[in-house]
Amino acid sequence: MSKPNNLMGWIDARFPLTKMWEEHLSKYYAPKNFNFWYFFGSLALLVLVLQIVTGIFLTMHYKPDGATAFASVEYIMRDVDWGWLIRYMHSTGASAFFIIVYLHMFRGLMYGSYQKPRELIWLFGMFIFLALMAEAFMGYLLPWGQMSYWGAQVIISLFSAIPVIGDDITLWIRGDFVISDATLNRFFALHVIAVPLILVMLVVMHILALHEVGSNNPDGVEIKKKKDENGIPLDGIPFHPYYSVKDIVGVVGFLILFSVVIFFMPEMNGYFLEHANFEPANPFKTPAHIAPVWYFTPFYAILRAVPDKLMGVIGMFAAIIVLFLLPWFDRGKVHSIRYRSTAFKVLLTTFVISFIALGYLGAIPATETRTWFARLFTFAYFGYFIGLWFISKNENTKPVPERVTS
Amino acid sequence: MSSDGIDKSRRRFLTAATSVVGGAGVVAVAVPFLSSWNPSARAQSAGAPVQADISKLEAGAQIIVKWQGKPVWVVRRDETSLGTLSKITSQLRDPESNESIQPAYAKNETRSIKPEYLVVVGICTHLGCSPTYRPEITADWMGGFFCPCHGSKFDFSGRVYAGVPAPTNLDIPPHRFVAEHVVLIGDDGEA
Repeated sequence: MSKPNNLMGWIDARFPLTKMWEEHLSKYYAPKNFNFWYFFGSLALLVLVLQIVTGIFLTMHYKPDGATAFASVEYIMRDVDWGWLIRYMHSTGASAFFIIVYLHMFRGLMYGSYQKPRELIWLFGMFIFLALMAEAFMGYLLPWGQMSYWGAQVIISLFSAIPVIGDDITLWIRGDFVISDATLNRFFALHVIAVPLILVMLVVMHILALHEVGSNNPDGVEIKKKKDENGIPLDGIPFHPYYSVKDIVGVVGFLILFSVVIFFMPEMNGYFLEHANFEPANPFKTPAHIAPVWYFTPFYAILRAVPDKLMGVIGMFAAIIVLFLLPWFDRGKVHSIRYRSTAFKVLLTTFVISFIALGYLGAIPATETRTWFARLFTFAYFGYFIGLWFISKNENTKPVPERVTS
Repeated sequence: MSSDGIDKSRRRFLTAATSVVGGAGVVAVAVPFLSSWNPSARAQSAGAPVQADISKLEAGAQIIVKWQGKPVWVVRRDETSLGTLSKITSQLRDPESNESIQPAYAKNETRSIKPEYLVVVGICTHLGCSPTYRPEITADWMGGFFCPCHGSKFDFSGRVYAGVPAPTNLDIPPHRFVAEHVVLIGDDGEA
């Protein structure tokens, strides 16, 4: 095997640069029928990079100390050149990350991207989602405002619901009898190094698994079944330049919306940065209305809907665990919503409605009526998975085409 | 014994033994890292007992004392609020405080040493919010504490109502009166 006698040849003899470029970009054949919904994978990667870069610059000015943390954030906002922009990019980026990830997951639900043979892609993705939630939760403590403090107090106290050892675990997580400087310091360490490392590794595994199996598409047909004489899928086009260029369109569209938020509504009326968080943490006074940031509210609504502490916590975690098990709840052979039964469409619509409704209910104070609605939507949420298991066995599907449609 | 034969069982034993020893090493070295998350000596010393002077506390009033970083309330109850305690027993989840945390001397209806003074940890037993003191008695509220986070309700003794998310009554810290109007929180002279 001879290598060309130039710089690339020199590198390739020592490191698989060209090989990797070809495997993952210039000779990675993706189905030619990707639509709007396929922007969100690459957008998520973009936001990850954005969060890492803005995060690194924020750590240069931020102080992870109970006595000075709140003031150091205000210092970044007022005194550091462009500090406000970097901080708003980071805080808006967190919400943008979840919007993108939720849409990315919905795409998976619609087109059956989690089904055989892509179960591991889905599982890695779910671990990314879990790590992202941990990352966002710990990051939210750092500004050390009232909502940071009491939000963390509530979430850490969830572990006290565990029988027998619960109280010791919460003490161990906090490192003190209440949320304190010790908690802030360790959350800072986890937020800036431990969880990001895990996230990046999981993203690599997610993409490696994807490129091993190949991308699904809006028709849910396997393009690898029909190949030309060179072994290239008939319906595949190289990711680069075709999709790298297409994704730039998505990036531009995203950056326009992202800039609008950063420059005109960085707090998003209390949804991205909650009003109570502009007050320093006060361990003696809980804010009158405490709610997590919007991306946690669906799960928080489930927690509140259950009138028992332990069962509420179990319900909340179960809502995430069932998502992990989705590839096994769905016994169907047809991937895409385009060729699935009406029952599937009804179920998925109900699921989306209940997820959004729970998100809304989790953000506003609970009343008796609202709690009953939260219970109804909690049943609908779990009903999706149970319903899917029943309908998918002998589903009345439409004929799936041999090749992707244009 | 042939010189080129491979003793598979010997090899398996060595693999297993190396794994076990290595695994024990990993477990042992994990201990210091995991233990470093426990409350440090400094955090524990901040949990030392604190004294509160309650001579100026008026009937119906509440003061907040910091102990172990937690809010501890001292509430001076009057005859009216003490009178509500026995009327609502049937609405409570744990009226006898059997499943709740308190020193033995506070396991009574008033959950206190002196009925007049309630000393209680102001942290909701549900998810750790700090409830608010709502002493005013109305037609549908017999007075007590209300947690704004998830709507848990407690009576004037910090006893939890049934049908709210909090599982147990508010915790009573160890405490004792070192003088008539001075209470020591965190130390009751026992054990």
